[in-house]
Amino acid sequence: MHTLRAIYIIGYREILRYWRDKPRIISSFARPLLFLFVFGSGLSPAMGGLARGLGSEGLEAALGEAIDYTKFIFPGVIGMNMLIASLMSGISIVWDREFGFLKEVLVAPISRAAVALGKTLGGSTIGVIQGLLILALAPSVGVSVTPMMVVQLIPLMLLASFATTSLGVLIAARMRTVESFGMIMNLLTMPMIFISGAMFPLRDLPSWMDFLVKINPVTYAIDPLRQVIFRAQGLPEAALEKLPQMGLGVIVFGHTMTIADDIIVIVAFGVTMIALAMWMFSIQD
Amino acid sequence: MHIIEVENLVRKYGDLTAVDNISFSVEEGEIFGFLGPNGAGKTTTISVLCTLLRPTSGRAWVNGHDVVREQAAVRRSIGLVFQDPSLDDRLTAQENLEFHAVLYDIPADVRAKRTEEVLRMVELYDRRNNLVRTFSGGMKRRLELARGLMHYPKVLFLDEPTLGLDPQTRSHIWEYILELREREGITIFLTTHYMEEAEHADRIAIIDYGRIVALDTPENLKSMVGGDIITVKTRDDEAAARQIAARYGVKVRRTADGLSFKVAKGEEFIPKLVVESETEILSVGLRRPTLDDVFLKLTGREIREEEAGPLDRMRERMRRRARRH
Repeated sequence: MHTLRAIYIIGYREILRYWRDKPRIISSFARPLLFLFVFGSGLSPAMGGLARGLGSEGLEAALGEAIDYTKFIFPGVIGMNMLIASLMSGISIVWDREFGFLKEVLVAPISRAAVALGKTLGGSTIGVIQGLLILALAPSVGVSVTPMMVVQLIPLMLLASFATTSLGVLIAARMRTVESFGMIMNLLTMPMIFISGAMFPLRDLPSWMDFLVKINPVTYAIDPLRQVIFRAQGLPEAALEKLPQMGLGVIVFGHTMTIADDIIVIVAFGVTMIALAMWMFSIQD
Repeated sequence: MHIIEVENLVRKYGDLTAVDNISFSVEEGEIFGFLGPNGAGKTTTISVLCTLLRPTSGRAWVNGHDVVREQAAVRRSIGLVFQDPSLDDRLTAQENLEFHAVLYDIPADVRAKRTEEVLRMVELYDRRNNLVRTFSGGMKRRLELARGLMHYPKVLFLDEPTLGLDPQTRSHIWEYILELREREGITIFLTTHYMEEAEHADRIAIIDYGRIVALDTPENLKSMVGGDIITVKTRDDEAAARQIAARYGVKVRRTADGLSFKVAKGEEFIPKLVVESETEILSVGLRRPTLDDVFLKLTGREIREEEAGPLDRMRERMRRRARRH
């Protein structure tokens, strides 16, 4: 019980600190907004409907045009915001270490593993909040939002955020300075987003890129979000089924990933990361 | 049972031996001090006793618990005020204490009361809802003291508790500490490189390059020095040094300010010196031995605030960051 309360308060502190740093929240919007509105509006006319190839006649053709670039990258932008936030949780650990607060936590009678867990849960919650903030922009890009969609999205976002946060905590577990962590963040964040099927359809990719997409956990984090969002756009089932072949879904070894499949991958990844993080945290100097 | 026991403790960082086979014990209710220059191994020793670091070899017990094998039990028995502030700037004073209370499993019904109690003790109750970011260095240190005591530890570790604080705040903090010892019978383990601070201790271990070079009460240590210290400035220091050494049989040291040597009963010696001196004496000073003199006698060096060590660099970094935000 004590451990649970401790985990809770550690997570709660993360959220409190996040919420009190309004400038950071606002500036974290800069890149996603850039992608959505500048990139999206700029590229949409050039790219046309991304589901072209569904068919050239009637309903199918119209639907093919319905998914313009901006709508296409919307799930990816949610993912981007979440990913950045969750990796930032790692920074809070390194920051605490550099500025001493971590000692207060380490000298308390709770296990190191509990500390890692608390940080991860706090960071995951922050990731969901960040994702929801982007979701609020949906109307402005022509993406319709239904209550059902939101209800489905929240647990999926929580799961995805948990996986990426635990990765951040793992990286932070033994890192000494904020600068080094920042460097790793830069190296990882954008590539992980770009090579995830969120920024362009996974069609006719060179084999090395195809490989990277398939081993990138973010791919499986964003795919369920995309599926839920597209489903709520009022497209008929038949059309939705064809989307993965158009590159708007993930196909691994010929098997189209369903939301359930994605969840399994994400959970497996997340659990591995958090287990490693808890272990790394427990290593004592 | 000694409240702290250390047996052949060694701690290395790679090739560097920070703590070199030290052994000592501390009695319950004592104020025990570690005095030594920066880098002597004080912080490392405290870190081992607080379970933040593992010994390379040797053993230590706090409140009867082994620091390696019974970490949780040790942590429950100790409170710690670090060298650098370890508060969360973005939380209020109250929130910092509540965080601590949950981590230390202080029961919910007692938490509020205890928080108020410690805040009042360090006179920060009015500022409990202010962000710690707005606190001065002295206030932060007081808050940390309050925090370290919240769970009624048996031993309070103070790592350079008044480093960087002004004299008034320093004496206030010591007031609280001494009152605490009176009231709660807490044991205080203190590290410092300030001699005046070390004077508060019942016993002091003088530590240098990871070794304990002396361990005794401040009084006994000072009497080791063997006399009062006379400092003299003359027209011709070199000649005067030779004369004094020859006439009185004392060893004379040249310092930046002149000459320095030791005699018993300094007050009676000075008139003789002035009258009998062949060189013109410009000024004379007399003082009782201090712990710095003890250190000097034992190691041949003075404990002085040294040039920027890693601690100071970290502080510099903090200041730079604070300015950026």
